[in-house]
Amino acid sequence: MTPRYQAPFAPHGPAPIDTEIARRLLSVALEKGGDYADLFFEYAVSGSYAYDEGILKSAGRYVTMGLGVRVMKGDATGYAYVEDFDLEAMRHAARTAAQIAAGGGAVDAVGLERVTPPSRYAVETLSLDVDGAEKKELLRRADETARAADPRIIKVNASFSEEIREILIATSTGRFVTDRQPLVRFGVRAIAEEGDKRQSGSSGGGGRMGLEYFEKHTPEEHAREAVRQAVAMLDAREAPAGEMEVVLGPGDSGILLHEAVGHGLEADFNRKGTSNYTDQVGELVASELCTVVDDATLDHSRGSINVDDEGLAPSRAVLIEKGVLRGYMQDRHSADHFHVTPTGNGRRESFKSHPMPRMTNTMLLAGQDDPEEIVKSVKKGVYAKKFGGGQVDISNGDFVFSLTEGYLIEDGKITAPLKGVNLIGNGPDVMRKVVALGHDLATSDGIWTCGKDGQSVPVGVGCPTVKISAVTVGGTQLG
Amino acid sequence: MDDFTKLLGLADEVVGAAQRAGADVAEAVVREGSHLSTKVRKFEPELVEEAGSRSLGLRVMIGQQVAVTYTSDFSAAGRARLVEDALELARLAQPDPFAGVPDPALLSKAEQHADLDTFDATMEALDAQEALRRAVEGERAAFDADARITNSEGATFTRAKGGSVLVTSGGFRGTHQGTYASLVVNPVADDEGGKKRSGYFWGARRHLDQLASPKSIGEEAARRTLRKLGASKIDSAEMPVVFDPDAARAILGLLAGCVNGNAIWRRSSYLVDRLGTKVASDLVTIVDDPLLPRAPGSRPFDGEGLLSRRNTVVEKGELKTYLLDSYAARKLEMESTASASRGASGGVGPSTTNFVLQPGELSREALLADTKKGLYVTEMMGFGFNAVTGDFSRGASGFLIEDGELTKPVSEVTISLNVDQLFQRIDAVADDLDLRTSTASPTFRVAKMTIAGR
Repeated sequence: MTPRYQAPFAPHGPAPIDTEIARRLLSVALEKGGDYADLFFEYAVSGSYAYDEGILKSAGRYVTMGLGVRVMKGDATGYAYVEDFDLEAMRHAARTAAQIAAGGGAVDAVGLERVTPPSRYAVETLSLDVDGAEKKELLRRADETARAADPRIIKVNASFSEEIREILIATSTGRFVTDRQPLVRFGVRAIAEEGDKRQSGSSGGGGRMGLEYFEKHTPEEHAREAVRQAVAMLDAREAPAGEMEVVLGPGDSGILLHEAVGHGLEADFNRKGTSNYTDQVGELVASELCTVVDDATLDHSRGSINVDDEGLAPSRAVLIEKGVLRGYMQDRHSADHFHVTPTGNGRRESFKSHPMPRMTNTMLLAGQDDPEEIVKSVKKGVYAKKFGGGQVDISNGDFVFSLTEGYLIEDGKITAPLKGVNLIGNGPDVMRKVVALGHDLATSDGIWTCGKDGQSVPVGVGCPTVKISAVTVGGTQLG
Repeated sequence: MDDFTKLLGLADEVVGAAQRAGADVAEAVVREGSHLSTKVRKFEPELVEEAGSRSLGLRVMIGQQVAVTYTSDFSAAGRARLVEDALELARLAQPDPFAGVPDPALLSKAEQHADLDTFDATMEALDAQEALRRAVEGERAAFDADARITNSEGATFTRAKGGSVLVTSGGFRGTHQGTYASLVVNPVADDEGGKKRSGYFWGARRHLDQLASPKSIGEEAARRTLRKLGASKIDSAEMPVVFDPDAARAILGLLAGCVNGNAIWRRSSYLVDRLGTKVASDLVTIVDDPLLPRAPGSRPFDGEGLLSRRNTVVEKGELKTYLLDSYAARKLEMESTASASRGASGGVGPSTTNFVLQPGELSREALLADTKKGLYVTEMMGFGFNAVTGDFSRGASGFLIEDGELTKPVSEVTISLNVDQLFQRIDAVADDLDLRTSTASPTFRVAKMTIAGR
């Protein structure tokens, strides 16, 4: 039986791409004298299910496919894409991209060799191939649990999304590699109302896997967590304003690290000299407690990849070791510039976009402190439990993060929940102010999507309990 | 794209196939577009990108069971898959008593559709060389403006065009096309203590001849970058806050999300049950107007085929209407405001078009001169907004206002105030409206907000 969704460019698809066709297209791409060219074939199918007001209210399925052709000449990139795999259309795209190198002589592409990447997220059954009724039932269970959990819950929505992304990359350096990247994400959102107070809570998870995700994390677990958060926040009070000690809870807080430190360590900004970490390799850039890694190799994690979107092998890159900057996340272009080995961090949203150095799963490794003792050591401060998202100015490391769940710490105890709190600071500054690190490293996996230059890619984050000696808390209560 | 025959033919075919397969309602949207984007950095080409794209979106209903599908695979097999998946998913979905289409009598006819002059036929002749030249000119103007501009994230010139058709089984057929050209310049300056300051400015217009010159965009980008030099925190305090148009439209966008009919029936907006009440000061009038010629958010008909109309959302501070598609209208027992938007993927929901806070009579200079002490906000960071409660807290940078003058550059502070109160406290609106973006606002001042700094 032919599979329901099959990449047209796969060996048994309607427009199979083999090493010879790829070589010929690459020769067209290099006919004006480019230094390097690659082809990125992509076929992605995704599905979504929205359970709302007690019914499966709508469902959707989306197919996108195309070929992106990139040609590089020095620091310049020519890029073109097409959405069908007709040979003439593909040749046209290759010729368009080739123009960037106008004036040079033709270069012949070398013969291509198939590379077999490791397998970090093989699944037995793709979620997309499972009967929709099973997914409907998972959503129904979440909905029912959330509604039953507390009488103050007035609205619940549960959603499930699934994807399979098949890619084929061929490069003028001779690599020919394919990968299949599954992804699922489950989420529940609940709104609680009491008098004139209304609050929302949410919980979600997923990864590069199929429905076996639910063997470890049930819909009920996410439903109860969303309700707990919504109800807890009903009692939220105005947050303090000003500089104070902040304790980051394990897991979710990794997003702060991702924004405040991670982006500045992407090599493109450093190649251009526009990052606050430019020219600081070997220097102390964080408290000696801090070791930060970007690890694409974790099994089934949302941010993991077997091969990056330039056909290179990803790795576990140590970015900061005991406070010392060890290196950047590299794509092919930046690695050439710095004369280092690419770290396999070249990623792109789709065939419509050119690759850039991007994070995969970024983590601050565990320390040796007891998380409870860390909280006890704070006289007055904020405990950050869940983050809604954040943003950073790469050029200087200034960041802002929003808490969706945060608490006051008073005399070493976590007390009142706080309304709409922001943490604002500077990445390098905050990393130097890390004064205690828990032994409780946790990952916040399966929910985060990172945006850069308009391109979104799935990522994972992780960290232990972290104490920072001073961060500006953006509340409304002065003094 | 003067000829929509091919796209209409595809939409007709898909709608017919879905109906034959058992759909009671079938609606297809077909889009086709192309763009050229060029980026330079330090006057050298960094990227030349040229491509075309297309998509086919389908929404079907079987009774009141709804599904949407989307594909960029236009092959016969791809189109068949699109229809088959839609029907399968609609059978899986459960009846939604509010699902449906607008009353056919309300659907607009092609001859009623206004020509909004959103398409510039001359744009496509602009080639990669010219696009690069404009980007270089913009970046050079930024470097030439001041020696303290030492680096650059580059300058990008983009031109794009797109056309779409919507065909529904209810009898609606409509076409729409637009073009867009933009230039963004992003210089970097070195500040004291090794800090870098990155700034940017951009212009965007539907017609090429209305786009600001590369030189003026580059010079403004340099000015905006340099004025950040030496920025630092200030002490926590309560004071008036003036939002420049870029920051102001971000605030306005928060309100736009909260008058969206979907947020209302979901009860996830602080503006639930607030129609006819004061939601802003008397100085605030907000209009959603899809019929502005050459504007970025203009469209002749909405995503369900209703004739576009101007909606006054807030009039002198009073909330007059939510923005509704026919679904939200049925949920709330109201009438559609012709605010339906249909995404490329076929899904339908209410959205804004040109959502504009109407300008006041004060010049920006007069507004500032009238502010004794305050914070002038030019940029905001982060996502600190809770639509359910209106709680708002965001990172901000800009300048201190002292005796009516912009003085010290400020960064790394947060500004906080519930958005409900924020709009109520607007005590001055300037006249400097620029329709670069579909959500647009002039400069305005909020009488008092909490600023968290040192």
